[in-house]
Amino acid sequence: MALFRRQPKPKPPCTPADIPGAPTMVRLEGAAKQALEVSRGRLVIGIGLFSLAFLLVAGRLVELTVLRGATEPVIARGIDSELVAKTSLMERQPIVDRNGNILATNLKIASLYADPRKVLNAQHAATQLAQVLPELSAGEIQAKLNSEKSFVWLKRGLTPREQYEVNRLGIPGLYFHSEQRRVYPQGPLAVHVLGYTDIDGKGISGIEQYFDEQLRDPSRTGDPLELSIDIRVQHIVRDEIAKAVEFFNAIGGGGIVLDIHTGEVLSLVSLPDFDPAAPGTATKESLFNRITLGVYEMGSTMKTLNTAMALDYGTVKLSSGYDASHPIQISRFRIRDDHPKNRWLSVPEIFMYSSNIGSAKMAVDVGPERQREFMMRMGMLTKPTIELPEVGAPLVPRNWKTVETMTISFGHGLSVTPLQLATATAAIINGGVLHPPTLIKRPPGLPAPGRQVIRREVSDIMRKLMLLVVEDGTGKKAGVDGYLVGGKTGSSEKVNDRGGYNRKANFNTFVAGFPMHNPRYIVQVMIDEPKGNKSTFGFATAGWTAAPAAGRIISRIAPLLGVPPVDENSPAIRQAMYVPYVQTQEKKLASQ
Amino acid sequence: MITFSRTDNSVLGRWWWTVDRWLLVAIAVLIAIGTVLTLAASPAVANRIGLASFHFVQRQIVFLVPALLIMIGTSLLDPVGIRRVAAITFLGAMAGVCLTFFVGMEVKGAHRWISFGGLSVQPSEFVKPAFAVVSAWLFAEWRKGTGFPGWAISTGLCAMVVGLLLLQPDVGMAAVVSVVWLAQFFIAGLPIVLVLALGALGLAGIFGAYLIFPHVASRIDKFLDPANKENYQIERAMEAFASGGIWGRGPGDGAVKNVLPDAHTDFIFAVAGEEFGLLACLFIVGVFAFIVLRCFSRLMTENNLFVLLAAAGLTTQFGLQAVVNIGVNLHLLPTKGMTLPFISYGGSSLLALAFAMGMLLALTRWRPENGVVR
Repeated sequence: MALFRRQPKPKPPCTPADIPGAPTMVRLEGAAKQALEVSRGRLVIGIGLFSLAFLLVAGRLVELTVLRGATEPVIARGIDSELVAKTSLMERQPIVDRNGNILATNLKIASLYADPRKVLNAQHAATQLAQVLPELSAGEIQAKLNSEKSFVWLKRGLTPREQYEVNRLGIPGLYFHSEQRRVYPQGPLAVHVLGYTDIDGKGISGIEQYFDEQLRDPSRTGDPLELSIDIRVQHIVRDEIAKAVEFFNAIGGGGIVLDIHTGEVLSLVSLPDFDPAAPGTATKESLFNRITLGVYEMGSTMKTLNTAMALDYGTVKLSSGYDASHPIQISRFRIRDDHPKNRWLSVPEIFMYSSNIGSAKMAVDVGPERQREFMMRMGMLTKPTIELPEVGAPLVPRNWKTVETMTISFGHGLSVTPLQLATATAAIINGGVLHPPTLIKRPPGLPAPGRQVIRREVSDIMRKLMLLVVEDGTGKKAGVDGYLVGGKTGSSEKVNDRGGYNRKANFNTFVAGFPMHNPRYIVQVMIDEPKGNKSTFGFATAGWTAAPAAGRIISRIAPLLGVPPVDENSPAIRQAMYVPYVQTQEKKLASQ
Repeated sequence: MITFSRTDNSVLGRWWWTVDRWLLVAIAVLIAIGTVLTLAASPAVANRIGLASFHFVQRQIVFLVPALLIMIGTSLLDPVGIRRVAAITFLGAMAGVCLTFFVGMEVKGAHRWISFGGLSVQPSEFVKPAFAVVSAWLFAEWRKGTGFPGWAISTGLCAMVVGLLLLQPDVGMAAVVSVVWLAQFFIAGLPIVLVLALGALGLAGIFGAYLIFPHVASRIDKFLDPANKENYQIERAMEAFASGGIWGRGPGDGAVKNVLPDAHTDFIFAVAGEEFGLLACLFIVGVFAFIVLRCFSRLMTENNLFVLLAAAGLTTQFGLQAVVNIGVNLHLLPTKGMTLPFISYGGSSLLALAFAMGMLLALTRWRPENGVVR
């Protein structure tokens, strides 16, 4: 602190003040001395102020560099402001499943660009770059590096290893721009739900597109968008459907798991699918969402709606029935049964044996007008509402007469999305409330939106009938011990190019609910154009292809979803699920 | 290094043994740091505005030679010589300032420059140190108690200088001149009542500038509004310090110079912060503090009031410029176009600075009447 020490004032060897008899000089010197003293005193204040200022500056330096220095700079390199603006838009809300597992998030990655004016030897640089980034061709790089621009992208989204390799080349004029890349840690698992984003982070399909604006909202980027999807269930459904598609050499497949009390979609699978990280490599077929965009004649699964309709309008009772011994000939159609019993069938029998003849007669008694009204009520005639841009509109017949009423009763002449069938079936077994399906997690505890579409008593009957199908009818292969699976098969022939039906190309559906004494979930499986094989004795119907897959899915997801197994042979359950007016004896005899 | 014998009685020999060699070393260190930082910061700026990469570096080095000559040459003078040179320079520079209104070039809406051949000079840069010495002389005469109205003449001159500078307009320069003049007046023994009154006047002046000059108002508004994201240079400077941390990102590895228009001048300290880190910045601040405080503390033993006031004025001017520039870089003060002495790039202002420091060196030289050599 020697700088601040006030030095003892050296005494001038001899000043005029020391000389007596010089009054004027003394006065002057005295004034000057006094002035010097004042000035020195005030210099100390100056020293103090400057010391304070420099200390303040030093303190601020420490604050800015050390205390605030933990964050990375916003811009790592000088780049044009347009790019900066673009980058800030990359911030995107993460997406998680209902349990908080990450389905989509952002990752900081480096993108390589060049300032061609600063590249010394474009040819050399291009050759070296092509060696470490083999997907780029040396010729293309060289062309870019020879341009007159000051900015060219070379590659977006380098892996850390690639970035290291490029850095190691030490080529001047190459720069990395840090940007955010949307990543999907689950790969293709939920791609038809999530969709994907383009290279600039703009959602261009699925949830990413539907909620694009919300996902970009800067005030939301912190907390994730919670989907209704359960990624564990999604994995199981995709796994089983992929196995079935492969086993039956099908062209595709799909699956839905729906919470029947809330409308929440726990799983939505459409195969083939693709990796959202490389949507460019996806085929047109794999980009197609069969569950929400595809519309199909759903076949016999529509008999669930048909039976519920007749019971709800009261045109039949459980004890009613129709003669199914002869095919119906109406205009150019001939309606036959696939599993002909050639006798009078009760309403439960018509359903469990999937009688087209019985169903058609049941529908005719309801009439085209009321059938149309019922289908409208069940959401089968309008586009389904779901948080995806890929939604298909049903194909509704323009002339809805008796013929159409008959074909629609067993699922022909009306094409809907598989999602619509699942939603309507959920309403039929949940007590009669149609909940609009959703991919967004509903807040627990709050009642889900919905409206009563059929009477509760009809719903109770329908549950028993669907259980009957699995226990004694066409859906036996979907049975799972302890989970009281009920369901309905549907094998529709697909329309061929000439407008007729193709007997070899089936669209198989199995829609299941479980556990039927206290239903909680719909599991619906679709297999598109399966081919029968040895294990199915050449059969390629839903009971052989889709039903077993649905059963395996239920056996795997039920424990995960906390559905307790029950003893299905206990007297209480048998009594609760008993369906009268069913002759199963002959069926059993026949199969022996 | 040239060596001089203790008995060397030549002009240079006497100079070497009486000049404040620590001050000389500190200035040399600043010049060295300034050269390194100009090398670091200015090529990016030069490239951006389409000049050769080392345009600014070359110019800075070219200006260093005359600057050093001016500084050493001036420091050879004794206090009376300094007084004369300052008085002549003051008159010449004032004439130059008046000329700017007639033949000056207009740069960014202000008439501050006149062109000598290929060289553009800002005369007000020379008014600044010369006026400090002239008013020190006037104050010292006033304090001798002979009835000489030095303070009144000085006040009149100050009003004239500040008035001309505001006409250019050059608010920053006017502020520096006023603050230095006030500091001198204060040290010379301005009665405390008047100190407070002038302090109030100063505040009123700032407020007046805020009301009259739109660019001053917008800068102060931007500084005061923490949510304001418009202040691009300051934001980038803050990022630069944060990314530099303690050790810096390394020479040449900074990014702020690529985006800051004034990276080589007003914001060179931010470049230092990013590339060389906290320790280097503290060292730079330390060198400035050393110069300012050393000069002040040496003046405590000064027996010549004129020398004391003149040296204090020049030191205040130097220190003020450093503190304001660094303060702006650190977002402690609103943006103010003020260069960091010897470190910022600035052709002709370097010459004026060398002149000022030469006078300071001359005034702080040991003289027999001040007693023993320390």
